[in-house]
Amino acid sequence: MHLVRKAFYPAKPPLPLLHVDTTWKFREMIAFRDARAKQLGLELIVHVNRDGLARGIDPIASGSSLHTDVMKTQALRQALDQHRFDAALGGARRDEEKSRAKERVFSLRNANHAWDPKRQRPEPWRIYNGRKRPGESIRVFPLSNWTELDVWLYIHRERIAVVPLYFAAPRPVVERDGALIMVDDERLPLKSGERPQIRLVRFRTLGCYPLTGAIESKARTVPEIIQETLASRYSERRDRVIDHDGTTSMERKKQEGYF
Amino acid sequence: MNVHAQPAEPAFVAPLHEPERKSLLRFIACGSVDHGKSTLIGRLLYESKQVFDDQLDALAADSRKFGTQGDALDFSLLLDGLAAEREQNITIDVAYRFFSTARRQFIVIDAPGHEEYTANMATGASVADLALVLVAVEEGLTRQTKRHLVILSMLGVRHVVLAVNKMDRVGWSRDAFGAVETAFRELATDLGFVDIACIPVAAKNGDNVTTRSIHLPWYRGPSLLDYLETVEPARTSNLDPFRMPIQWVNRPDADFRGCSGLITSGEMRVGMPVKIFPAGRVTRIARIATFDGDLGHATAGRSVTLTFTDPLDASRGDIVADAKRAPAVTKRIEARIFWMKDRPLERGQTYLVKLATSTATARVEPGLSIIDLDTRRAVAADGIGANEVGHCTLTFDRAIALDRYEDCRDTGSFVLIDPETFDTVAMGCVEEIVPLQNGPRLATWLPSRAGAVSGKLTRWTETHARSLVKAVSWRATGSLDTFVVTFVISGSTKLAGSVALTEILTKVLIYYGHERIWALVPWGKRQAAP
Repeated sequence: MHLVRKAFYPAKPPLPLLHVDTTWKFREMIAFRDARAKQLGLELIVHVNRDGLARGIDPIASGSSLHTDVMKTQALRQALDQHRFDAALGGARRDEEKSRAKERVFSLRNANHAWDPKRQRPEPWRIYNGRKRPGESIRVFPLSNWTELDVWLYIHRERIAVVPLYFAAPRPVVERDGALIMVDDERLPLKSGERPQIRLVRFRTLGCYPLTGAIESKARTVPEIIQETLASRYSERRDRVIDHDGTTSMERKKQEGYF
Repeated sequence: MNVHAQPAEPAFVAPLHEPERKSLLRFIACGSVDHGKSTLIGRLLYESKQVFDDQLDALAADSRKFGTQGDALDFSLLLDGLAAEREQNITIDVAYRFFSTARRQFIVIDAPGHEEYTANMATGASVADLALVLVAVEEGLTRQTKRHLVILSMLGVRHVVLAVNKMDRVGWSRDAFGAVETAFRELATDLGFVDIACIPVAAKNGDNVTTRSIHLPWYRGPSLLDYLETVEPARTSNLDPFRMPIQWVNRPDADFRGCSGLITSGEMRVGMPVKIFPAGRVTRIARIATFDGDLGHATAGRSVTLTFTDPLDASRGDIVADAKRAPAVTKRIEARIFWMKDRPLERGQTYLVKLATSTATARVEPGLSIIDLDTRRAVAADGIGANEVGHCTLTFDRAIALDRYEDCRDTGSFVLIDPETFDTVAMGCVEEIVPLQNGPRLATWLPSRAGAVSGKLTRWTETHARSLVKAVSWRATGSLDTFVVTFVISGSTKLAGSVALTEILTKVLIYYGHERIWALVPWGKRQAAP
């Protein structure tokens, strides 16, 4: 976001923002999203898979993979088709996950939004091939070669506002399969014996709240987060439940059209 | 659109409170299949404590499932992230990995060894400061190693470090290492590398990877990591001519009209005279606008929006450049090409060419040649096939501004795009600029071209036949001299004749052997200026 604003300065970014809302996102994140779009005067498109909602898909009863497929992957495809976008920019990075490490900056998707890892376009030097045939689309990842640490150092240097969930605060959580799940609203069904406890936690990544684990942390400022990242022994996506549906689950999701 | 390939050594990469900025080394690791490259990089990451605990747990599980090391960790699985790669135990695509030590930050570009995926290796090489070439000591140099070296040479990678791997398999033999090193140095002499280092390693167990190995007492050089931490790669500097390819004409309202883009080389300041190419009109820089306020001065690697003192009709694809050190404007170039599609590049074909931010149509002229991997010579060819490096002449449908690759990389490199599938089919480097005024060239010009192609690829070493002929001609001259001297001293034609004849036979062989030994010694050979 910040980079897009800088790139087009002094003009306003000539592109709308798209958020695929699964309806299970953190409330603070949604509030931040709306406030920021309004403050910057940018067009915000929020897309929800109404069909999935009507079918009653949710991350708990339906399971994480079906929920991710219907409410994220399918929903994104719907939104891109509906608005006929040629390209979508995203913040994915190569250090996040092994199959992302092998994806191009300009990632061509076919008419079904599928990614074919064996038919990627070479990207020598700084030359990117943005040509596509009708129906195809391109996902663009300008931050591909940044690391989690780079992102925090940049946020620090540029004084960029971020969702407060990234900072440590006392929050109600339950421990589930080794992950700390925040009780963000009353929809999270508590299993027998589970009682929300208040713990000092923060998030390194923000997905759907029932599928995103928090970490215990005392980092309340950006410099403290940087110190913590430098010392961390775990990758940030460890806390994403959906990445662990099998060794190559991210690669499979991308072939199906996931961002 | 042009995005930063990576945050190009920005100040913010250095961790907070750290007074000194660590330098960044971007290196490509390449080698033939099964020579142990992914294992070596996995080792480097592991030994430099860059593998997160959860990734290590996943690695332990994967090693049992797919690994080739029994119960031990199989480090190659850290990098081969795609399902097909794990199943076949090969690297298909380039992986970018990050690690840092107390002295330096690194981006490792892990390139595939399979010939089928050479395009991915070449892509990685285009942004590398240094190449780590891995050769298994038992297998020695393969055809693919030669291919990789020719590609590295074409792309201007000047530093090469040879890691001779699997030293444990040959009992840590100094001779086995020496044989690979000698062959490698001979191969590399014609290719324009400024710096070659050779290091024996055993990646599987980490010998000589981050610390010196006790198994290699005869080796006195640095460990691989020590070398990578201290090597000083050649860098571009602010002395390079100023270039900014225009990405976008920025017109937020009627009062403002600027040109946005990334400064790809050199530096500029407000008031400096510049020209906008290909039209070549002169103007001065009025403002250097950025989101963080106007600047008085800006250097390569920075994205800015420029306004000029005169109203100019500039558009995307034009290049803003130093008025005194201008790029060329031409419709025709000679180029080095790395071809990436099964269907070969042939005369008469047309492609889209994307150079910096401009796109044009390019026609392939007659007179193609390819580089023979064994001799590193350019030989005439009907077409340039998949994974071959060659030369061709291209004619554009309009004049565009460009530089020679040697002078300015970002404005001297291009890709060819198939006009139907829009696939990227070739990487190219501008080698020579054919001036605009020149009419069509005559075919007679072509044969002489073989000697003029690639300053880097045609500095040959001698063939055996040439050494032998030289030996005979030298001996004939020498023996005539011996005959005359012996005759003058002894007065006997018979004695003089037999001494001279015996000498011909013995010394031809001695001279030939002497020549071949010297051909292997790189000492005292100098690069001619290109």
